[in-house]
Amino acid sequence: MSELFHVSSAPHVRAKTSTQNVMLWVIIAMIPTAVFGIWNFGFRALLLIVATVLSCVVSETVFNLIVKKKNTIGDLSAVVTGMILALNMPVTLPVWMAVLGGVFSIVVVKMLFGGLGQNFMNPALAGRCFLLLSFTSEMNNFVTDAYSGATPLAQLSAQKGILFTYATDAKLDVTDIPNLFIGAHGGTIGETSALCLLIGAAILVATKVISVRIPFAYLGTFSVLMLFFGTRGVATGEVAEKLASGAITFDALLTGALTFVLVHLLSGGIMFGAFFMATDYATSPITKKGQILFGICCGVLTFLFRNIGAAPEGVSYAIILSNLLVPLIEKITVPRAFGVVKVKKEGK
Amino acid sequence: MGLKTFIGGVHPFEGKELAENAPIKEILPKGQMVYPLSQHIGAPATPIVAVGDAVKKGQKIAEAGGFVSAPIYASVSGTVKAIEPRRVAVGDKVNSIVIDNDGLFEEVEYTAVADVTALTKEEIINKVKEAGIVGMGGAGFPTHVKLSPKEPEKIEYIIANCAECEPYLTADYRRMIENPEELVAGMKIILQLFDNAKGLFGIENNKPEAIAKMKELVKDEPRMEVVELKTKYPQGGERQLIFACTGRAINSKMLPADAGCIVDNVETIIAVNDAVKNGRPLMKRVATISGDAITNPGNFLYSMGMSYTELIEAAGGFKDQPEKLISGGPMMGFAIFSEDIPMTKTTSSLLCFSKDEVAKYEPINCMNCGRCVDACPEMLIPSRLAQFGTNGLMEDFEKWHGLECIECGSCTYVCPSRRHVAQSIKTMKKQVLAEKRKQSAK
Repeated sequence: MSELFHVSSAPHVRAKTSTQNVMLWVIIAMIPTAVFGIWNFGFRALLLIVATVLSCVVSETVFNLIVKKKNTIGDLSAVVTGMILALNMPVTLPVWMAVLGGVFSIVVVKMLFGGLGQNFMNPALAGRCFLLLSFTSEMNNFVTDAYSGATPLAQLSAQKGILFTYATDAKLDVTDIPNLFIGAHGGTIGETSALCLLIGAAILVATKVISVRIPFAYLGTFSVLMLFFGTRGVATGEVAEKLASGAITFDALLTGALTFVLVHLLSGGIMFGAFFMATDYATSPITKKGQILFGICCGVLTFLFRNIGAAPEGVSYAIILSNLLVPLIEKITVPRAFGVVKVKKEGK
Repeated sequence: MGLKTFIGGVHPFEGKELAENAPIKEILPKGQMVYPLSQHIGAPATPIVAVGDAVKKGQKIAEAGGFVSAPIYASVSGTVKAIEPRRVAVGDKVNSIVIDNDGLFEEVEYTAVADVTALTKEEIINKVKEAGIVGMGGAGFPTHVKLSPKEPEKIEYIIANCAECEPYLTADYRRMIENPEELVAGMKIILQLFDNAKGLFGIENNKPEAIAKMKELVKDEPRMEVVELKTKYPQGGERQLIFACTGRAINSKMLPADAGCIVDNVETIIAVNDAVKNGRPLMKRVATISGDAITNPGNFLYSMGMSYTELIEAAGGFKDQPEKLISGGPMMGFAIFSEDIPMTKTTSSLLCFSKDEVAKYEPINCMNCGRCVDACPEMLIPSRLAQFGTNGLMEDFEKWHGLECIECGSCTYVCPSRRHVAQSIKTMKKQVLAEKRKQSAK
């Protein structure tokens, strides 16, 4: 025997999809949103995206150099983090803040915990929250040349507690739903266009990068809660009184409530959050039931933050808080293996 | 309604076209024969010949070492040269009988049975036991044990595993095309043992010719049926096949018989027919040799005890220098480092690849994507089990049903981070089982 053949443990073949492919699909899925953001907010949006992505990639490289590990930027996950983070910024944000956010996301949230897959919070979202807490006014500065007014969500929030007549809803100018859907309004770079986000989401679902379990559970829970218990929810006391006294008809009430839900779904970061951030592999449960439960958690928390909290937006906090619940969720949703029957508790 | 199948699974590149149209050719053993005494699950066989003895083809050379064991027969005539440990496909050294082949093929006489239907159940099981038949799908569980469940009247289905879900393998397919009568006859004999059972032939739908042929043959058999299955790996896994054919689910602590089923491989059923009807012990079977490095991929009827070298020769030798040889299918087979290894009762194929496809992959961090979860036919969380495995967390491993793993390798196959998921789980499974044995021994 001159030469020995290779040996390894089975299986001896592999599927084609690699981590890099997966990340590439996520990047592709975000391109419509990014392009729309640049069109909507101008060239500065592109600058912020490039700066944040570069900051993420460079900080990952430098970190790996310092700790003497193999460079891991080839898996493209740093690019994804950078893009998500940038799309979560208002276009007016100073570039150095964007860069700082990228460094925080990668170094503190991701690499210090062991890199890809080991972080317990979504790096981009944690980076965004870090920026929100550190530079509150800059992160909430949505006034641009094109849009001087408040964001749709801020308008909704300002009107919190005011009960409209439902028939002629003059005050609620955010009910221009087609415009909300397309996204030509104020907000962060990537959150405004539900249309582009849904195109991206469709790409992710079609390429099986994500399943619809988390986003559907998230959006579903949120919608139901808003429909019944939102400011104009059909189950709130004030509305019930109005209905009883005949001040509004049930039809008007329902239309109002449904419109309200739709407006909520189309404004703020909930679409972006549900499809691109809550579905982050590392920080969502791996069990199927757990993913649904996780989506519900996100939905409930977003509802609470938006409806009761002081700030208009709550998606980021809702998702990173739910991220923290993941180990617990997984623990209670260990699936039963195939053919294993539920162990009956024996009576004494 | 869709095709019958199971939950999870993967669909690797099939590669069956390489050998599927190559008719079965018999190869006569030329060189030295090696018969490992452990070619089955259970106690090793005990040699009943001594060094220097002359043996004939078809002569029993080792006796079953217990109830769960099987005898071994010489497949050539010649002299016993040695009884010594020899390397086998899984990598271990196993005590083996080595016979110098005299090339004369002097054969013992077999007693054929004129009317199989006149045999009693005990006689049939005895013949199967004496012939040394074991499950030839790969596990090598002695068939007579399988055919003697505690409550034979409760067996409702005899399932012929014709799925052949491993890529590249076409031996069972060729058997269904060329010897379907023997397969049906074997099934008939097994059905004779179980009055309430129905015979099912589970065939994946990538073998339309085999399905048509088998359907034609069983159309007048009231107790037999062909079940068309979706082409998906591991459709031929015992638990998966039972679920696909009958909708019944079993776990690792149950036997197929607990779900009223007995599953036997194509080759096993054909061997049962040969043993019961012709009185011939198990000495030959069909194996596929395929892959891009072999000159003429094909299907060969070989004699157990032959070296892979002879199989490679019969297939025209290597066309490229192979980098990897796999005994068995690419999903569950064993990579062997030398071709001079004996073929046994459970050898179903040899794959020769000029490139070791997996060598270039460097595992990176698990990103928790859950592809392994979707692929796992046992509905486990493979990535987590692998993590428990590498961290030595036995309790968690068991709590997350790690012992249910059937080691099909689907998780490793799909892993985009190229992690050795199945390998970690397999290793941990062995450790946990060893620990359990230690505890119960105390």
